[in-house]
Formats: sequence, C-alpha cells, structure tokens
Amino acid sequence: MQTAIHAEHLTKWFGQGEAKTFAVRDVTFDAHFHEMLYIVGPSGSGKTTLLSIISGILRPNEGAVSIEDIDVWSQSENRIADMRLQKIGFVFQDYHLFPNLTTLENVAIPLVLKRGEWKASLEVAAKFLDVVGLSNRAKLSPGRLSGGEQQRVAIARALASGPDVMIFDEPTASLDGDTGKKIVEFVRSEVLTDRRCIVIVTHDDRIYPYADRILYMEDGRLLEDRGGVAHA
Amino acid sequence: MFGAVQMVRAAQTRVLGFRAASRGTPNALVERVLGILRIAYKLLVNDRGKFIAVLMGMTFSVFLMIQVTSMFSGMMKKASSTVTNTGSRMWVMDRSVTNVQSAIPLPDYVLDAVRSIEGVKYAVPLYSGGALVRLKSGVYQPVTVIGLDDTSLLGRPELIEGTIEDIYAENGFVVVKDPEFSKLENPKLGTEFELNDNRGVIVGIANVPASGLFGMPTLYTTYSRAIQYIPSMRYTMSFVLVEPKSPAAIPHIQEEVEKLGYDVTTEQGFIDRITNWYMFRTGMGMNLLLMTAIAFIVGLSISGQTFYTFVLENLEKFGALKAIGAKGRELVAMIFFQAGLTGIAGYGLGVGLCAALIALARLRMPDYASIITAGNLLLALGMVLVISLLSGYVAVRKVLRIDPYDIFRG
Repeated sequence: MQTAIHAEHLTKWFGQGEAKTFAVRDVTFDAHFHEMLYIVGPSGSGKTTLLSIISGILRPNEGAVSIEDIDVWSQSENRIADMRLQKIGFVFQDYHLFPNLTTLENVAIPLVLKRGEWKASLEVAAKFLDVVGLSNRAKLSPGRLSGGEQQRVAIARALASGPDVMIFDEPTASLDGDTGKKIVEFVRSEVLTDRRCIVIVTHDDRIYPYADRILYMEDGRLLEDRGGVAHA
Repeated sequence: MFGAVQMVRAAQTRVLGFRAASRGTPNALVERVLGILRIAYKLLVNDRGKFIAVLMGMTFSVFLMIQVTSMFSGMMKKASSTVTNTGSRMWVMDRSVTNVQSAIPLPDYVLDAVRSIEGVKYAVPLYSGGALVRLKSGVYQPVTVIGLDDTSLLGRPELIEGTIEDIYAENGFVVVKDPEFSKLENPKLGTEFELNDNRGVIVGIANVPASGLFGMPTLYTTYSRAIQYIPSMRYTMSFVLVEPKSPAAIPHIQEEVEKLGYDVTTEQGFIDRITNWYMFRTGMGMNLLLMTAIAFIVGLSISGQTFYTFVLENLEKFGALKAIGAKGRELVAMIFFQAGLTGIAGYGLGVGLCAALIALARLRMPDYASIITAGNLLLALGMVLVISLLSGYVAVRKVLRIDPYDIFRG
C-alpha cells in the first residue's frame, strides 16, 4: 500500500526545566491510503497531540512528518495552512460548526477558503450534504440538528475540500452507541477510498472492529501497533 | 441509512474540477476574498443580538458626535450671520475685534485711506449695533440695527415685501422676517415703532440667509440714519466693507491696511475668526471637545466591548477555521471587515437619526441652531473608523493568538 503519512521519531514536550512534560516520545509510524488507522489509549496518553502534529497544527520538538512525501514541518506557516486546506479534512470532536451559518454554508467553508466563488461553492457543498443524507437540512442552523446530524455535517465539510487524509477526533464521543456505529460504518464504506487515508483518535472500543490498524499509546509512547484488525 | 452514497465520488470529482477551474480564474484571489468576507458578513449579521448591540453603540456614538458638532456649526453660522448676510469680500476693522458684536468704531479717515489704496474697487462704511425699540403695545424689544452705506446700500437684504428705495424714506427701516420676527409683534409695511425716541416705520420685509445668534430681530436702515438714531461714541463706523478690483489685489490691500494700524480680512477669514473666538476664547470649544470625547468613549466602550465579546464567543470557531486552513491575514480581513461594516452601518444610522431629529426640531423651532456640515460628517466618520479599527485590533490580537491545537484539546 502507498504511504499517505510517514511519521518519524516524533517527540513533543511542553514546558522547560522541571516543568518539562513529554506529550509524545519518539513515535514512528506509517499510515497508508485506503487505510483506517485508529490511535487509541487512555486520557493524557498523547493521542491528540500526535494527531495535531501529523495534521500540521502543532510543531514537534523533534522528528518529522511527511504527507505524500512532502515534509510538513519544513514548510512555511502559510504553506502548512495551504496543505491543511488542500490535503487534510478535519472532523473535530465538538464539530465546531458555525451556529450563525446554515448547514449548507458550513459545508461550503473549505470550498470558499480554496478560492471558491460563493455560489459555486454552495452548489458543490449541496452535493456533499446530499451525500451524507442531509440535503433536507441545508437551510437549517446546525443548532437545530441532532448530534448525529451535526457529525454528518462536519464530515461533509471535511469531505468538501477533497482531502487525501481525514482526521477524526473522537468521532463518537458525543453520540449514542448506534449512531456512533452508523457514522463509522458510513466513513468506512463511503469516505475511505483508494486515494484517502483516515486517522481516528478514539476511546470508544465499540468501533475498534472497523479499524484496519490500531496504534496504542500510553505516556506519549507508541506501545503497540496492532495491524490487521478484522473489521465488520 | 444515508442514501445516495455513491454520489461521494461524483461530488469529489466535481470539487476537484471546481478547484482546478478556480485556480485558473484570473479573479481567483478577489473571489476568495469576497467569499471569505461573505462568511464574515453572515457570521456577524446572523448573530442578531450582538449585531444590534454593536450597531446601537455605534449609532448612539455617531448621533452624539454629529449632534454636538452640528449644534456648534449651527451656532457659528448664526454668530457669523451679519458677515454672511452682508456678503462683502473684505472687512476692515480694529485689531481687537473678535466678532461682529464686539465691533470697535473706526475713525472716518480710515474709510478715505482705504478708498485710496491701489487695488480697491470701492469701500463703504457699515454700522452694526444694538438698540431698544418700543413697540406699539408699549413693550421694549432689543434689536440689532444694521446701517447700510447710503449711496450703494452694499449688503442690503433680499426684500420679500416693499421696495429697497423706500429705505431712504423718512424713518424707513427694513425688518428681517426670521424666527425672531414675531418679537416685533409681526410688523407689516407701515408699522410704526420708536427707536430712542425717534419714530421708525417699516418700509420693507426682507429675507436673509442666516439669522442672528442672540435671538434678536434685525432692522436694516441707512448708515446715516443709524448713527443719527442710535447713541454712539466719537467714532461711528463699525466696519469698512471693501471690494477689491481682483483677488490678486487682496494681499496688497491687507498690507496697506495693516500699515494704517487696522486689520483687514476676507469674508471667510472673518467667519473663521468668529468661530475661533467662540471655540477657544469661550467655554464652547471645551464643551464641544468634552461632548465629542464622551461620544467617542461611549461608542468605543459599547461597540468595542460588544464586538470583543462577539469575537470571544466565536474564538473557537475562528480557531477551527485556522485549523481547516484559513491564514492569519484572512482572519484579520474577516474581523476588520466585520468591525468596519458595523462602523459604517452605525455611521449611516447615526447620521440619519441626527438628521431626522434636527428636521423634527425644526418643525417646532424653525430657527433651531443645528447644521450638519461636511466637516461634522468627516469628523464623525474619522471617529467611527478609529472606533472600528480599535475594536477590530483588540479582537484580531485575540484571534491571532488562538492556537488551533486548543481546538483539538477542546
């Protein structure tokens, strides 16, 4: 399989001197296209920090990350922002949808940021909203949607930029069991493509069966790389 | 569950094609900026409560600023009414004169000396003073009397009733029909009154561009009658009105008059002198400054605080935008656009509100001293821009500091 993300000896610490705390220690791994990779572990194990580093949000103190062979952290800040926009789709834990925009406008945001003309962006966004089954909610504010629906809007927004890598932060944390499973099933069956890699940080062991591979973290270290998990 | 899932790939193809097309467009940057500003606009306007609060703060602030400065402008127009109504190009006066009311009489030789200056087309005397008239009802009413040069009647008002030649008739006076007119018991042609035990007759009713500041009716008569009827000092000429042969002659005339020991100024120069006197030599300027400063502070505190709160409440969303790939300069543009938009909208509303109130006040008080001038509008616009920039700057600092990592940490 072709490598989508290559992380090498990633180390990140916060504070200095006695207050120095390691969040990620010497983590090396690869993620591939058409792979659903989970990063799991207890709270404070460094999952979210690792996710932030590989997605070009948090600069590591040591080590390097490449996405499709491009070294992320050797780029300028603007280039990294462009890279996030062009190559990475984010689905945040709290979705971070704009309550003052309609559902459709929320989905159109990455398209507008990518030099999209407003009307054309809305037209394309409508297609993605249709894909996640929410075309009938296009004019509503996200505040009027259920948690599962908001999650789907967030997925549509992440998909809209046509990313090669999709990052999900605790995608089922705010959902009931059934809805959570359905969301992950949908991601597995429809969002994961030959040209896309999905990285999910989660606590939720009910969705482990959908993973291709699970990285287990503790105290900032990658303890285990459980490959070949059977998925549903 | 979701239905039509096969459309994902089709839609992705579309977006990729869309992306490529967008990159090739020459106006791509403009389209992107417009798109981002549209998001900013919707984020602001759709948060109705906050938007209205910011707008109200800005509107109130602009209203106060315009109201205070327009009142000052109105009063200054009235204070300079004799100058404006007379319309002389140049005014010769004593060096100590600060406004029309403080005219210091000039000796007669000044008129002759000015007339002899090269470049002077003509020069005439003007009398301006106050007097008490006794009306038919027995009531005494203070008035302003303007004595026009007997020969030329330079500075005469536009008559709406009667003929100007009648001003030469025995005891002839022209009364100005302004809001103070009724204080003379609404005189008609032929109405008589007493001025310093002299009989006066209304021979004309006139219109002037501006009425006086002190609420006194104005009477016009000839210079000789004015100095004859009204008790005066040794010298009687309040001003010498000068018409230069050409604008190029003005500096020479000024030089020569100064050699005589007197002051000469253009019409606008005299108006500026009056304005400066009221502004800097009375309490008016300080009051104006204080009120404008208060309006500015009110606007800044209400609008700035509300706008800052609005940005704070949306801080996570701005962080999410940053995480998605929005650049710092795009967020800065969004925030300054929002601040600028509320500023301009508040400015328009504030000006409109002030204009409406002035119009309303004039329905009851036609002579209400308030004028919105271009200067007032520019001053308020400048203040509004400063408020918007400061509000935006404080918010931008906060937004630029937010780390998208915080969005992940929750």
